[in-house]
Amino acid sequence: MLDRRDVVARLLKDRDEALVITGLGAATYDVAAAGDDARNFYLWGAMGGAALMGLGLALARPDRPVVVITGDGEQLMGIGAFATIAVQAPANLTIVVLDNGLYGETGGQRSHTSGGTDLAAVARGCGIAAASRVTDQAGVEALAATIAKPTCGLRVVVIAVDPTEAPRVLPSRDGAYVRGRFQAALGLAA
Amino acid sequence: MDGSAPAPAALAWPDAIFAELQRWGVRQVAYVPDGGHARLIRAVHAEPTMRAIPLTTEEEGIAVLAGAALGGQRGVLLMQSSGVGNCVNMLSLVKSCGFPFLALVTMRGEWGEFNPWQVPMGSTTEAAFGLMGVGVRRADRAEEVAETVAAAARMVFEGGSAVAVLLGQRLIGAKVF
Ligand SMILES: Cc1ncc(C[n+]2csc(CCOP(=O)(O)OP(=O)(O)O)c2C)c(N)n1
Ligand SMILES: [Mg+2]
Repeated sequence: MLDRRDVVARLLKDRDEALVITGLGAATYDVAAAGDDARNFYLWGAMGGAALMGLGLALARPDRPVVVITGDGEQLMGIGAFATIAVQAPANLTIVVLDNGLYGETGGQRSHTSGGTDLAAVARGCGIAAASRVTDQAGVEALAATIAKPTCGLRVVVIAVDPTEAPRVLPSRDGAYVRGRFQAALGLAA
Repeated sequence: MDGSAPAPAALAWPDAIFAELQRWGVRQVAYVPDGGHARLIRAVHAEPTMRAIPLTTEEEGIAVLAGAALGGQRGVLLMQSSGVGNCVNMLSLVKSCGFPFLALVTMRGEWGEFNPWQVPMGSTTEAAFGLMGVGVRRADRAEEVAETVAAAARMVFEGGSAVAVLLGQRLIGAKVF
């Protein structure tokens, strides 16, 4: 089974100009473990908001690839986001859902994806045609090869990952600092 | 609503809001539909410099506009008062990170409301925003809408504040079935 840390490290290795938003919980730690970067925006709350924050950013910066990396539980809380995002369909937005089938942060309770919910199918049903489930390294490599392209078209990639928890790597929890740093990296006045 | 002839004031204030949004360079307009905002929503959809973003639930708009601000674009959230409670936890994004935030809220449940289900949230709209540190301004007369929106927009886009403008039900007119 795919290891979440390896998956995220591989996806971000060739990120180039990509802007990254992380969903609260393990996805935030995975991205931090791959290396802190001013172009990362880490969520520590706002559960259900990661993909939507990616939408607003992708619309504001069509020249840049925007990659959202989140968990199955976080995406389930904002499941309507797929419908909202499908209507806008920014070509520079990639939503990666690390699906371990459980709510890792809160004690490992089984999530709805362990109970029959297929998040890629939900995304397709909402109108995101390029929604797929990846279960092997070849799928990860295929995604990594295009992660830095801002013209790939809107896509949702649900990656089945090993439910084993990785050691926590904690990035800054100071939201105003992370925001200002991100905006400065884009040349904006914070 | 297109069939009847609304009073001139009812025509003017949504157009005044639209003009302010244009003047402030607003690019992303996220909304959950409301009858009171129908005219403004139509204008936004027809405006090529603005992106109309229909939401499935109001809190989505908080996250979308935070993303817009992160990328340097200005945005506004349009909704009715019944949606404000949906936003409470997502507003921690605005509070924790200091994102600018502007919402224009059409009020229900406060003036000649026939639907009692609108009253619980309509009567606590200002308090719900207050819980999360969002400042509230009100406009109850058509002639005060433009200046209220302009004052809020300055605080948000130049000052980085979080402000909601409540558009009173008296202004909008109670819904008649
Ligand atoms: C509104 C809200 N409800 C509940 C929580 C508690 N919570 C924090 S993380 C999390 C689950 C995250 O699950 P998932 O996105 O699948 O992450 P992973 O399994 O990778 O840890 C929950 C329920 C919260 N932070 N906010
Ligand atoms: Mg999970």
